[in-house]
Amino acid sequence: MKDSTKIIKAGLNKRYAREKRFKFFGLCSIILSFAFLLILLSTIVGRGLPAFQQTYMKLDVTLDEETLGVTSNSSSKELFSAKYDKVIRNTLYDMFPNVSDRKEKRALRNIVSNSAAYDLRDKVIANPELLGTTQSYWFLAKDDVDVYMKGNIDRNLPESDRRIKDFQLVWIDRLIAEDRLEKRFNTVLFNAADSREPEQAGMRGAIMGSFLTMLVTLLLSFPVAVAAAAYLEEFAPQNNRWVDLIEVNINNLAAVPSIVFGLLGLAVFINFFGVPRSTPLIGGLVLSLMTLPTIIIASRAAIKAVPPSIKEAAIGMGASPVQTLFQHTLPLAMPGILTGTIIGMAQALGETAPLLMIGMVAFVAEVPGGIFDPATVMPVQIYLWSDSPERAFTERTSAAIMVLLAFLIVMNLIAIILRKKFERRW
Amino acid sequence: MPINTILITLVALLIFGYFLGRKRSLAVAGSTAKGYSDLHSLPSYYGYMVAVWAGIPALIILLIWSAFSSSIVTSMTISGLPEQMQAQSKQQLGLVMNEIKNLANSGLIANETDPIKQAAAEHYQKLTHINTMAKTVVVFVIALIGLVLAMRLIKPETRARNIVEGVIRWTMIICASIAILTTVGIVMSVLFESLLFFTSVSPIEFLFGTKWSPQTSIRTDQVGSSGSFGAIPLFVGTMLISAVALCIAVPVGLMSAIYLSEYANKNIRAFAKPTLEILAGIPTVVYGFFAALSVAPFIRNLGESIGLDVASESALAAGLVMGIMIIPFVSSLSDDVISAVPQAMRDGSFGMGATKSETIRQVIIPAALPGIVGGILLAASRAIGETMIVVMAAGLSANLTINPLEAVTTVTVQIVTLLTGDQEFDSPKTLAAFALGLGLFVTTLVLNIVALHIIRKYREQYE
Repeated sequence: MKDSTKIIKAGLNKRYAREKRFKFFGLCSIILSFAFLLILLSTIVGRGLPAFQQTYMKLDVTLDEETLGVTSNSSSKELFSAKYDKVIRNTLYDMFPNVSDRKEKRALRNIVSNSAAYDLRDKVIANPELLGTTQSYWFLAKDDVDVYMKGNIDRNLPESDRRIKDFQLVWIDRLIAEDRLEKRFNTVLFNAADSREPEQAGMRGAIMGSFLTMLVTLLLSFPVAVAAAAYLEEFAPQNNRWVDLIEVNINNLAAVPSIVFGLLGLAVFINFFGVPRSTPLIGGLVLSLMTLPTIIIASRAAIKAVPPSIKEAAIGMGASPVQTLFQHTLPLAMPGILTGTIIGMAQALGETAPLLMIGMVAFVAEVPGGIFDPATVMPVQIYLWSDSPERAFTERTSAAIMVLLAFLIVMNLIAIILRKKFERRW
Repeated sequence: MPINTILITLVALLIFGYFLGRKRSLAVAGSTAKGYSDLHSLPSYYGYMVAVWAGIPALIILLIWSAFSSSIVTSMTISGLPEQMQAQSKQQLGLVMNEIKNLANSGLIANETDPIKQAAAEHYQKLTHINTMAKTVVVFVIALIGLVLAMRLIKPETRARNIVEGVIRWTMIICASIAILTTVGIVMSVLFESLLFFTSVSPIEFLFGTKWSPQTSIRTDQVGSSGSFGAIPLFVGTMLISAVALCIAVPVGLMSAIYLSEYANKNIRAFAKPTLEILAGIPTVVYGFFAALSVAPFIRNLGESIGLDVASESALAAGLVMGIMIIPFVSSLSDDVISAVPQAMRDGSFGMGATKSETIRQVIIPAALPGIVGGILLAASRAIGETMIVVMAAGLSANLTINPLEAVTTVTVQIVTLLTGDQEFDSPKTLAAFALGLGLFVTTLVLNIVALHIIRKYREQYE
């Protein structure tokens, strides 16, 4: 053997080991990324799943006309403002007659959510014959009770460290023994708008707000983006300064931090043009400017992919360039354009930062009915809830994240299916 | 009429105009010697022409009118107020105007006790009424004039298709130019407000000051709350968190990209690439929640268990989570540039007896380095501009330190906190947010331009 071969042979094992190590590092980093993803999702799901259940409490309420201050002949206006909270309170006092301390009495009143009185009101107004009878209804329990029922308060902790005190535990134990506490599917989460009380807070307002905002975004950005992409691909003159400027701008806008778009919305749309704050309209305006580059870039790629032979054939048959575009190029490029649009909309749906600038962080306790109503959107709702100190909001935040992720997954799945089904290789 | 009704009626008018124009064109058409119709364009183009003539001027007027009418009505109402009320400061006047508007919209003017406000609200109501009436009338008159003019234009020799296509082309050019308009809008808005800000705070103090406490006094005689606007701690904080993020994202992202493009077989790649992309698709607010709720306490406990004092809003927690978020950016960009390295270079290296890792380290990475650097710069600009993670997981008080275990604040956090509170728009506090926005915009713009330039240069090398 020659000397040089010997040297190489001697080094081989070391080199192979290094090779293996390198490959292992590569595999590790992939696994690490997956682990991050898994931890993230499992944390959210683990925290959020309990929020899909909510604790309800059964109370036997006596709809005493005297307590309510109405009679069966009262007008609906009087029925509306009757003292239902007093009925609920009396029911609770009757159930636990030996509570006399003022502080404990207040705690007892707070064992059931204050929405119980409104529930009762709605039931009586719908059916005034209930007056004077005793009915048993399920009412929302207060958030602290709910947190305890889900096992998130350890009763072995010293009393001073617990939100639920010993005397409240006695009540809860008795209610459980009498089958008066029950966890049910949380319909409030999907049917109610935001509220300061965790047990009454739902994300319907935010879902509706997101929907309206997305609608504005789609209606504004889709036509503009397709027109811009078609112009840049099909009509724009080569080596034209204006066209170059447009292209540079589109590429740069795609990388501008989203919060800067919020500043733009605040300074230009709100302060200069007087678009109302906190509305889906202003949110949609800002988000459409943000998604434009994404959709334009995707649409350009889709238009570019249409083979020139088809366009040339159309021109050869006497079609004008505009006719070729609308009758041949765009229909063939549409699956790609739609895929890009859906991906852009999914991005916009998850966007939070610019919306904070334009007043969409306001607390809105009503479901918005139109694009001029104050509204908030899902990611902002998540931000607002995550900021709330109540323990019960933590799990609701996670649940809201799960709902948002579900929307995003559905949108991306549609995009993937669309691409798989209609993508054509020429 | 409210604006929705105007729009719907206008659209109905346009559809009507389309059919009218089409019918008219067929009516005026003669026939040529060979027996064909002598219309220049297809009948539908005459219909489109009528719709365009009727619609576009009306829509433009409607847009301009709606954009400016509310401020005009407001200033007219203000000029109707008594002299001493007009002499108030701008913000007080704004408050009064809000009250008047609410009063007018609530329909409870009769209940108001202040006669001045009552009169003003009535005045405002009247003005808005006149405004809507005038808008409706003007828009429809213009639409009708357009329609009639276009109808008179319909003759066999009118080049309707060319007219319509010209309009379409111009619309497309305008749509494409919105990108420029947006950039101009961004620059203008942050620049003007920043200039206003720099009239009260000197740019030198802003750029080189090391103390940031934007709390200006509410009363002028208050002590120690003049507000200082030195942005150095913010920029250092931003850099610190971004650096932590890049320390996570660059090695992990780069190694993932190398493994996926050089080692992994087809099946693993088909599964792993989209899964990595999921990390980029998760909304940042979710990362923020995760960072604040899980990662920050975890790091704090970890630090405590080894005897380190970690702030509960440490830069490390925010940076770590941000790093996870930008892994896919680094990996997909590096993947692109690594696959763009010509196969011949790999073959040459293998032919010389190099192992795969030696080829990667000594041939592919050096060849792809400019592209990788470009990708890292893009990721850095992403990290600098990222908002929600730091808003939820980083601190609020400016702290000039480079210790990642302490709480720092960032530019984006300060923009959000300065602008989400309730305060008047012209105070230095809100204007400072725009100055910070300008700094952010310029920084990311420079990073992007440099990155794109490097990437393009690199591509040219191998094409």
